[in-house]
Amino acid sequence: MKKYFKLRIASDKFSFLIDKKTVVTSAVLSAVVLAIFIISTGVGEVIISPLNVVKTLFGFGTEMDNLFIFSFRLPRIIIALLVGICLAVAGAILQGLIRNPLASPDIIGITGGGSVAVVVFFMLFSNKNNALTVSIEWIPVAAFLGATILGLLVYLLSWKNGSSSIRLVLIGIGLSMLTQSLTTLFMIKGPIYQAAQANVWITGTVYAANWEQVRIMLPVVLILLIISMISVRNVNIQELGDELATGVGSAVQKNKLFLLILSTALTGCAVAFAGAIGFVGLMAPHIARRLVGSSFGSLLPVSALIGALLVMVADLIGRTLFSPLEVPAGVFTAAIGAPYFIYLLFKTRNS
Amino acid sequence: MLSKSTKLKITVLLLGFAILLLLMCGSLIFGYANTNLKIAYDAFTSFDGSNEHIIIHNVRLPRALIGAVVGASLAIAGAIMQALTKNPLASPSVFGINAGAGFFIVVAVSLFYVDSLQAYTWIAFAGAATTAFVVYFIGSFGREGLTPMKLTLAGAAMAALFSSLTQGLLVVNESALDQVLFWLAGSVQGRKMESLLSVLPYVAPAIILSMILSQKINVLTMGEDVAKGLGQRTGFVKLTAALIVIVLGGGSVAVAGPIAFIGIVIPHFARFLVGNDYRWIIPYCAVLGGALLVFADILARFIVMPEEVPVGVMTALIGTPFFVYIARRGFGQK
Repeated sequence: MKKYFKLRIASDKFSFLIDKKTVVTSAVLSAVVLAIFIISTGVGEVIISPLNVVKTLFGFGTEMDNLFIFSFRLPRIIIALLVGICLAVAGAILQGLIRNPLASPDIIGITGGGSVAVVVFFMLFSNKNNALTVSIEWIPVAAFLGATILGLLVYLLSWKNGSSSIRLVLIGIGLSMLTQSLTTLFMIKGPIYQAAQANVWITGTVYAANWEQVRIMLPVVLILLIISMISVRNVNIQELGDELATGVGSAVQKNKLFLLILSTALTGCAVAFAGAIGFVGLMAPHIARRLVGSSFGSLLPVSALIGALLVMVADLIGRTLFSPLEVPAGVFTAAIGAPYFIYLLFKTRNS
Repeated sequence: MLSKSTKLKITVLLLGFAILLLLMCGSLIFGYANTNLKIAYDAFTSFDGSNEHIIIHNVRLPRALIGAVVGASLAIAGAIMQALTKNPLASPSVFGINAGAGFFIVVAVSLFYVDSLQAYTWIAFAGAATTAFVVYFIGSFGREGLTPMKLTLAGAAMAALFSSLTQGLLVVNESALDQVLFWLAGSVQGRKMESLLSVLPYVAPAIILSMILSQKINVLTMGEDVAKGLGQRTGFVKLTAALIVIVLGGGSVAVAGPIAFIGIVIPHFARFLVGNDYRWIIPYCAVLGGALLVFADILARFIVMPEEVPVGVMTALIGTPFFVYIARRGFGQK
């Protein structure tokens, strides 16, 4: 049995090698994602059976079920799904780009940039009574800008006759420390409940997601994902290392910048809607690599599914396990992520 | 006979010490409440219970002393870590030691309602020790052993973990947020003399011990094999050095919260001044680290007068450009 089958479109203008294992893995994962999606929709203060959830989704639900599912739970779960996808794909691209399996958007400070921006937003646009003077819907824009600016800053500062991967990581770590102290600074400057609000957000949660957010996020994510899939070849080449990539004719520096922007945009998107959910960008690509190997054509979709799974499960645990208390999803991703990270360092110890 | 260069080094060290003392005097007299040297002098010689005298006694004096001790501790801890790990970016904050100690304290405050200073100290030590051990352990996995890159990543990951968990706890427990937020930014403002006195019995011996150990650290920086060849018990030296780092890092966090970058910036500056001899680097770090933190603390009072910026933010602002500079220069170069 052959490992790949070929897919050719438009008389060989486009061709893809499709890995059978990837197809199988993706199918299984998609089924799991779907199952979690349905379970998560059903679970909460009022429990709705999976069958009724499916019924409701197809438009045959009772009025109560409709209300719970469509008004409260669905937007939240869709946002969790999208956020997971964004973070995972961003992490996969970044790891390929930096060629270090331990790099991730949170460690090099991109999520930190988003956090600072949000806290500054709270500070700038609050009036004397601590009410926001502009619509809270601008927060995603602020987060996105913050993440992007930080990503570019890391790139620019690590530029020295080209941009080396090690410098990117180190400078990212330095800047992420700076973003942390700036975040705390601005939190202190505001009143305490504003700090509490900002803190929830910085920890990362999909609490209070609504349809409006889904409407904004969905198209952006789709476009970024399509661009990512097209850029797959560049990541593959980038993984060979700067010299070899140049040797095979890749415009290394240009691609590096482009991929970094792509990864930053994806992270920014996630940070904008769910705050700084940590470690997903690190874990998902790894688990994916263990499942389907490191060719990016396979890695991206599988990472995306795993990322979605991680955030959805973290959110599910966060809002059910300690009910009525809501624990932000970011706490759980960190709690699973850090031991996993240690395990990874152990696995890659000899490379 | 002292050589010319030794004399010069002593002179510069004394000069640094004089600057530290001057800055501490500055720390006594500058601030929101207007005072001058005369008032400060009177406050100690003929205390009359006036507002100014009370401020100088109870607020500014502890603050100046804490700044000096914490700055010195962090700088020495950074210098030893850089020597031990051959990593120019090593410091208590990069390796997550600050974040670890911070997390332990937040756990203690929000879950166990601890509020005694003595307890803070021990909890911070425990957090620092745990993190240092984990980071060092993870960083030395594998055939190549301890590499600077692995250590930095392990440290960054542990720092990320602890800060996420800290935030998570604070989300669940908002009253604790109120209590620890200012502390989390790293500050010497409003700290009482008692909190300094509760760590001093550990920190002061650790500083002295670091100076005694400096010759051994010199040998160790030549490489483990050479050090062993010269008859050094490297395991013992490393363990003692690690213990010093934990006490200095944990002690600083217990008193002032996680203050970043002093542990990176000062050792490099000291090395620039006196070369690679740790017998000189460590006392220079003590003096310069204290001076930098006291200076940053004075600045922090004036930037957004009448409010204050936490000094941890000031050191981050001062330190980040320097960090970027070292990171650009890369590992393993002088």
